[in-house]
Amino acid sequence: MLSRRKFLNLSIAAAALAGSMAISGCSKKPVEDTAATAETAVPTMAGETIKVGILHSLSGTMAISETSLKDTALMTISEINAKGGVLGKQLEPVVVDPASDWPLFAERARQLLTQDKVSVIFGGWTSVSRKSVLPVVEELNGLMFYPVQYEGQEQSENIFYTGAAPNQQAIPAVEYLMSEEGGKAERFVLLGTDYIYPRTTNQILRAFLISKGVAEKDIMEEYTPFGHSNYQTIVGNVKKFAVGKKTAVISTINGDSNVPFYRELGNQGIKASDTPVVAFSVGEEELRGIDTKPLVGHLAAWNYFMSVKSPKNTEFVQKYKDWAVAQKLPNAEKAVTNDPMEATYVGINMWAQAVTKAGTTDVDAVRTAMAGQAFEAPSGFTLKMDETNHHLHKPVMIGEIRADGQFDIVYSTPTTIRAEPWSPYVPK
Amino acid sequence: MKLSSLLYVTSLSAGLWVAAAHATDSAMPITTPSIHQTSPAATALTAPILQGDVIEQFVRGDFAARRDMLNQWPASAEQLDQLVAYIDANELYNDIDGNAYLFQNDVVMHYPSMQVVVQPTGFRQVTLINTLKQALNFSRAKIKLAADEPKQRLQAVKILESNPSEIDPVLLATALAAEKNAEVLSRLQQLQARLDLQSIDPVKQIAATQILAGSNHPEVLVLLQAKQAEPNLSAELTVALKAAASSVQTRLKTSEWSGHLFAGLSMASILLLAALGLAITYGLLGVINMAHGELIMIGAYTTYVMQGFFKTHFVGVVDWYLLAAVPAAFLVSAMVGMIIERIVIRPLYGRQLETLLATFGVSLILMQVVRMIFGAQNVEVTNTSWLSGGISITPSLILPYNRIAIIVFTVSVLLSLMWLIAKTRFGLFVRAVTQNRQMARAIGVRSARIDMLAFGLGSGLAGLAGCALAQIGNVGPDLGQSYIIDTFLVVVVGGVGQLMGATLAALGLGIGGTFLEVGMGAVLAKICLLVLIILFIQKRPQGLFAVKGRFVE
Repeated sequence: MLSRRKFLNLSIAAAALAGSMAISGCSKKPVEDTAATAETAVPTMAGETIKVGILHSLSGTMAISETSLKDTALMTISEINAKGGVLGKQLEPVVVDPASDWPLFAERARQLLTQDKVSVIFGGWTSVSRKSVLPVVEELNGLMFYPVQYEGQEQSENIFYTGAAPNQQAIPAVEYLMSEEGGKAERFVLLGTDYIYPRTTNQILRAFLISKGVAEKDIMEEYTPFGHSNYQTIVGNVKKFAVGKKTAVISTINGDSNVPFYRELGNQGIKASDTPVVAFSVGEEELRGIDTKPLVGHLAAWNYFMSVKSPKNTEFVQKYKDWAVAQKLPNAEKAVTNDPMEATYVGINMWAQAVTKAGTTDVDAVRTAMAGQAFEAPSGFTLKMDETNHHLHKPVMIGEIRADGQFDIVYSTPTTIRAEPWSPYVPK
Repeated sequence: MKLSSLLYVTSLSAGLWVAAAHATDSAMPITTPSIHQTSPAATALTAPILQGDVIEQFVRGDFAARRDMLNQWPASAEQLDQLVAYIDANELYNDIDGNAYLFQNDVVMHYPSMQVVVQPTGFRQVTLINTLKQALNFSRAKIKLAADEPKQRLQAVKILESNPSEIDPVLLATALAAEKNAEVLSRLQQLQARLDLQSIDPVKQIAATQILAGSNHPEVLVLLQAKQAEPNLSAELTVALKAAASSVQTRLKTSEWSGHLFAGLSMASILLLAALGLAITYGLLGVINMAHGELIMIGAYTTYVMQGFFKTHFVGVVDWYLLAAVPAAFLVSAMVGMIIERIVIRPLYGRQLETLLATFGVSLILMQVVRMIFGAQNVEVTNTSWLSGGISITPSLILPYNRIAIIVFTVSVLLSLMWLIAKTRFGLFVRAVTQNRQMARAIGVRSARIDMLAFGLGSGLAGLAGCALAQIGNVGPDLGQSYIIDTFLVVVVGGVGQLMGATLAALGLGIGGTFLEVGMGAVLAKICLLVLIILFIQKRPQGLFAVKGRFVE
């Protein structure tokens, strides 16, 4: 039997260890980096390659979402190489794994720029990871393409944002909910995971709603920790709040917490036709691993859906599926494409166009050449890189979740929309 | 000429189709009887075209037109069903000009002519968005209100209740007059009372208020409060309103707090289930098993594999795979646990910190193995149909079946475990070995074997927890991580070696945590709970219950 003191000490040690496991995502495997690099490097003539860094978490909590971005990047690069590369040279991907560990993102970015001497980095998912890389690329004058929707309030000379700014996702989604078709919601629940992206987005949305005449008491804001799985109380509160006026839930819940959340909604009898939930971080890839029955009819806002009917998209989806099968990716037969994957695909292609135009991979020259670049994207629109603000002009689409994990597109802007990285709804 | 004019009159009544036929056929000699034959045939023929028109109109319409059509369906109920069937089967499409198409078996057909065509430009699926679905439900409910089955009528009333402002008073009055079933009748009266509350007749208003006082519907409270806030109410009505509002409010508060209590109980049962195995391995054997969470995860993956196995081999009884998954999860986790005990823990008995590190390593290995076999993605464990949904106690209180099932499951696991430890020979040996190993060995207990079996039991319990958790949360390689801290907390707060302690601790943490969350939100509640635990442990390091007596250290 243990003595009491010893028992307590051990308990504390155990708890501390468990805590550190949970925080670090518990799997830093720097060894894998070199292996991955060696494995994915394209055979080329010596000295005749342009190195391209890929900085996505392949382990830890974000691996679920980011792994597919790495695969998309590799596919796009091999496609460009098959067409003869850029400036007559082959692209050589350098894949590193920052393991969902934010400081490691900065470290790996520095390694890519100083040791591997890559011309450009494609990577990042969470805003925290982008914020970690930002000082490094600015200091070393590197170039990074960030492919995910985010909260705005940032505009670096060294980053190109190919995901949506708040006015290209969050605001149109809320406008839709307030419209006749969206059900004329008058009360809003802002529900999110507790970190910078949901907090900032909700700050913007709150200001926007108030400017549209929604009363302060008709907005409920709640946050849950990462990985939260018990949504009974919150769903109960939402139900109570929804009495009396048409209510909609705007969810910035990130990662796999979404599964218990939607399940609880279904079990407590909240229907999409009564209280719709519009999510900003739930896409095809996230729906792949879950039982979609309780989600059917709820909404998501993105700039691209796999179900878009355009020849470009059919081609893109087929290409990715073939790539998944050829690379023997897990679950390859059920491979899906989503918005950040499209943004990665567009980003790499635009960079290649800019390099061709500039005639060099020099960061300053490429930056100038990027302005105004256009690319016919799978979303069925020709996307243009803005001349000044480093963000793409994108269409906004709203989809309803179908039982097969795909989306019915119920609303789409007729044209692309220019990004407003600095929201007019929050003070700078 | 007389014949021809007669034909013309008939064709007018039969519609344009016949008129067209007349134009082409006018050269042919037509006898009177044949005219009488064509006219019923003509109406029969116009029917499908008319039906086509309604669905075609729907497809051609914009949002507002479609909603109006659904709200006030202009044709027969069968045609509505046909439209919904097309949409549900994802078969109805339109093109850029609004023409309707059916997409069946990879063939595009123009609707209603049913001619096979090539895929037109702007080919788009016609779907029912949420707002349209609501309109559809509403108009179907109106039709259902006349159904023969009281159950169907009750369903219809429930749908109507969600949107009382759109109800046609005449329809409601007819339904009220015809209703025989007591339950449906009372619901209808409530509904009528809601409308009456807005009438101008003060007597009606008071009567309505008195009926509404018996309601437990949250919408009614809002309605009553809104009415109370209106100016120029008679004194009598004000009193009645106040009484009604407070009685509804009391009822709502009760159901709300019962809801919180249930949520707390369910949380506690989950905590306890996850912690029971640890209460054995940590509490009784003194092994700090950092891989406990991964044993839970293995149980959940076993459930997933069993589900897949049933889907491919026993399609008919796929809903009952859980019955097989429970023992399977127990056995697989117990086997893995015993292997860990043999290989990793046995050489380290008595060296706590080394055990902690070694099992931490094991947990990483197990996670990585699962990633290699199943991939880093979460896998899909569907709720079986008998675990989806819930019992509706009141309109604001629904108890989900899966939560009820887990509470029942936890209690039965706890009781069997207590029986096993307290009443069986195996339990006696476990207690003997953990209290005084040397003495137990001296009287002939094979302590090594007991260690292994006890560890296997603890691991098996973790597997059971995994099987249950798969029903409410995610199944992924990281599943165990989110539970390991909570389970250690339960065991530490409960006290070493005490199942009773762990039970009470789980109840305290679960219910306390839920009530804190109601008050201050999930993030703050978690912090607050941890602070409380730190304070508690400082006051009582041995936990809630300490084992009394002398031990050999």
